[in-house]
Amino acid sequence: MNFLKIMCVCTVLGLSISSSHAELTIEITQGVESALPVAVVPFASQGVPVDIRNIVNADLERSGYFKMLSEQAMISRPSTPAEVEFKSWQDLGQNYLVIGRVNPNSDGQYSVEFQLFDVYKGSQLIGYQMNSSTADLRKTAHTISDLIFQKLTGKKGVFSGRIAYITSNSLGNKKWTYQLQVADADGMTPQTIATSNEPLMSPAWSPDGKQMAYVSFEHKAAAIYVQTLATGARTRVAEFSGINGAPAWSPDGTRLALTLSKDGSPDIFVLNLASHALTKITNSLAIDTEPTWSPDGNNIVFTSGRGGKPQLYIAPSQGGNEQRLTFTGDYNARASFSPDGKYLAMVHGNGNNYRIGVMDMASRTINVLTSGPTDESPSFAPNGTMILYASRKGGTGFLSAVSIDGKMQQKLVFNSGEVREPAWSPSP
Amino acid sequence: MKVNKTLVALLVTACLLSACSDDKKPISATDGSQNAANGIKDASTSGLNASSGLNPQGLPNVNAGLGADGEFNDPNSPQPKIIYFMLDSSDVQPDFVPVITAHAQYLVANPSLSLLIEGNTDERGSREYNIALGEQRARSVANLLLAQGVSNAQLRIVSYGEEKPAASGNDESTWEQNRRAELVYQGK
Repeated sequence: MNFLKIMCVCTVLGLSISSSHAELTIEITQGVESALPVAVVPFASQGVPVDIRNIVNADLERSGYFKMLSEQAMISRPSTPAEVEFKSWQDLGQNYLVIGRVNPNSDGQYSVEFQLFDVYKGSQLIGYQMNSSTADLRKTAHTISDLIFQKLTGKKGVFSGRIAYITSNSLGNKKWTYQLQVADADGMTPQTIATSNEPLMSPAWSPDGKQMAYVSFEHKAAAIYVQTLATGARTRVAEFSGINGAPAWSPDGTRLALTLSKDGSPDIFVLNLASHALTKITNSLAIDTEPTWSPDGNNIVFTSGRGGKPQLYIAPSQGGNEQRLTFTGDYNARASFSPDGKYLAMVHGNGNNYRIGVMDMASRTINVLTSGPTDESPSFAPNGTMILYASRKGGTGFLSAVSIDGKMQQKLVFNSGEVREPAWSPSP
Repeated sequence: MKVNKTLVALLVTACLLSACSDDKKPISATDGSQNAANGIKDASTSGLNASSGLNPQGLPNVNAGLGADGEFNDPNSPQPKIIYFMLDSSDVQPDFVPVITAHAQYLVANPSLSLLIEGNTDERGSREYNIALGEQRARSVANLLLAQGVSNAQLRIVSYGEEKPAASGNDESTWEQNRRAELVYQGK
């Protein structure tokens, strides 16, 4: 795919999300021409602490699928179906219309209602009523975005998901503070999961989204921890001599694939989390690392330097019959499967340019999606439409997202510090 | 009898060390890395050789005895404590073999000292692969020390991959400063 050509024909939208809690701004650096016009009217509400309309509007805009009508361009603000005049929305060039209301409940909660209309057919497509506590209003707004997205695109929305990532902030004098954080998919309400003055790395969600495995050097040597997000309770699951790295959950959540160098060179192992049994999967003298499971659990793809340069290999998840997967580019590493198993995202390096590539597992061809030069850590959205990854420019690291056809791109810019190693939570 | 002369110097050094140990600051990893930063500055001002990577600065004159240049485990010592590597390689370059040999002799003469070898990489490529590459670099240095009589019990290795860069930037001179193994003495 010709990246430059796409850059030229695509519209460039700018969007910044601001709030007193904002840690992050998201810019759509490249959207699609065919974005559907949608109007989300401010919800009728009184004294509600969260602006649901703004959250839904920003979610839909950020997806790149929709062209949102600004509030100023609206000539009426209906909040009930009876108030809607479809003709006027047609005149504004809108295909779809969202209206809604938020009212306090008798039990101290809020009742949130909305309708999605097809403006040209003059008919309601979906309508929901949900109860939400004050604390859950943001979550409710993202759920509304998911419902609208699914109705209009046929794909599952990912707005109510969360992202994990690592930040590092320099303390000067060759010292840093490293943090593992989890935020909503729009970057809001970030929570710190772990903090250390030694590196934190490689966050990996459990398939049920309740636990996270990660690498910590807090005792001046690498160890792998599994932490339960709700309670903060954590267990050290690997602390062998040498490397304890690259944890990856099996799709059934019972095992972790990981990298250990206790026998000399780094190899792939599978750790049974219940029995603590350790199975060695690869046994080469070269570097073997960065395991990832195929969604059916049958195979493990990993990076190996056995051919002289890092390339991707595939093996059955119980070991044996290792086959090389990548043959183009002089550096292919850190693979990540799409949720349906049809695609494999990777760091694809040529010369000094490291970009995100996607392999079609059926044809084994690689499509390069990003421009580099230091792109890494690709992570699929749970609906498989976008890939979140880390970039670096001007000496600082930030997160970006690209659609798997390369047509839509977003940049997520945090207030300070370096952000990297994003991991999108699995679908709930 | 060059070796004997060195050994005598080392023994004298060791005696001095133990005699004045009460006055010495404890050696911490922080002090060690500060010193490493200074070492890099020295190296860059005296010119980098792009084709062969960074050259060792203040290469110890083994024949003259180590005591003259200060102790290896003294954070303020001019003795080089950083070994630089070529892109995607964990082979020790010939320029750095004498540096490792000098540390080996010092460790053999001071069996109570231990050394942490920290492997590091530049920022390019994937992070966990770089952890593995950094460990191979640290292991290469450790193997050369072991081959020269240093006890396994004196050595520990760790790889930080690209997580603890010595320099930040997006050019070859930054990258070559980050492709390194740092030698951090752990005291007695």
